[in-house]
Amino acid sequence: MKNIISTHLIQDRDVEKIVGKLLRFGVITASLVVLLGGILFLVQSGAQGRPDYHIFKGEENDFITFDGIFMGLFTFKPMAIIQFGVLLLIITPIMRIVFSLFSFILEKDKLYVVITLIVLAIILGSTFGGLKI
Amino acid sequence: MSILTFTLILILGAYLAGLVGSLTGLGGGVVVIPLLTLVFHVDIRYAIGAALLASIANSSGAASAYIKEGITNIRLGMFLEIATTVGAVIGALIAIYTPTNTIAILFGTVLLFSAAMTLRKKNQEALTEGSRLSAILKLNSSYPTQTGTIEYKLKNVGAGFSIMTVAGVMSGLLGIGSGALKVLAMDTAMKIPFKVSTTTSNFMIGVTAAASAVVYLQRGYMDPGIAFPVVLGVLGGAFTGAKLLTKINPSTLRIIFCIAITFVALEMIYNGYHHKF
Repeated sequence: MKNIISTHLIQDRDVEKIVGKLLRFGVITASLVVLLGGILFLVQSGAQGRPDYHIFKGEENDFITFDGIFMGLFTFKPMAIIQFGVLLLIITPIMRIVFSLFSFILEKDKLYVVITLIVLAIILGSTFGGLKI
Repeated sequence: MSILTFTLILILGAYLAGLVGSLTGLGGGVVVIPLLTLVFHVDIRYAIGAALLASIANSSGAASAYIKEGITNIRLGMFLEIATTVGAVIGALIAIYTPTNTIAILFGTVLLFSAAMTLRKKNQEALTEGSRLSAILKLNSSYPTQTGTIEYKLKNVGAGFSIMTVAGVMSGLLGIGSGALKVLAMDTAMKIPFKVSTTTSNFMIGVTAAASAVVYLQRGYMDPGIAFPVVLGVLGGAFTGAKLLTKINPSTLRIIFCIAITFVALEMIYNGYHHKF
């Protein structure tokens, strides 16, 4: 009995460590992508005047839809690369939820599988509900 | 001002925002909004978009360190994330119908409250008697300290859950992590030891912010030209802050920053009141 509990604990700690690594990996990847896009953006348009951020216009379609961002990414548009990094950053905590879901399934903790699914459904619902594809 | 100058100054500003946010425990997002609106005269909607990203970056970066120490209560975080994500979605929805000046006043108020919360006495005690609901939901747990493992139980799960919903609404409406409200729910209502409530709150901030982030992205609140310097600057600042925290005792710094933030909050409220946003 003791053995079962201790192996369970080890698994628990391992899962937590992987989650920690996943979060760090996500943040680092996202910031590298943002940095790359940022440098390209400065090289291309750094000398231009600052846009009038005082007035809210909202972003162009190219930078607010997944399609637009991916199209821009493949044509190497600096702004789209930054937005792709932004997307990676937003996805990181969502991936964390997905990972927790698997760990609760492994632990056969039904209550928390349901709770995690609810959280995931709310986030995905908000993401795809407001999405213009 | 050219884009290059603007970007470089903003990186520096965001770096300081991340540093202050990390040393005070307020989070980078909350400092980014006054920085962008009051100093750079950026529309508050762009500022909210950037702050959301700063909150996610901050939370994911810091949470990876805390999880390693085994203090974060993942079950508690997950359970309460139902409340914060529902709140965040509601907040992002009502944000469209809320005038920017009202948002500025609300933001100032939350900032004042957060500064006060940072300076208050923290709950160090671990409860030995928990409520029935906390046992059913398996929320009682333990955390390691230098003197051994401390077991703790919690109560007032319903009250904590309700405050978390409000924290979520604020987060979705203002683009901030609402760490102070989250700690209030866990610390004051549910009687969780301070170390656990801070780390668990931090762990939850990224998920809460992600729930409303795509909605804001779709609305065009996230400008690449602002997002780029803000994300990199805040991350760098938060990283330095975390290193500094292990070397210095931040209590004096914390008081100085909290006084400064109080003035910033009052200016946000004043400007909002006089319709300057």
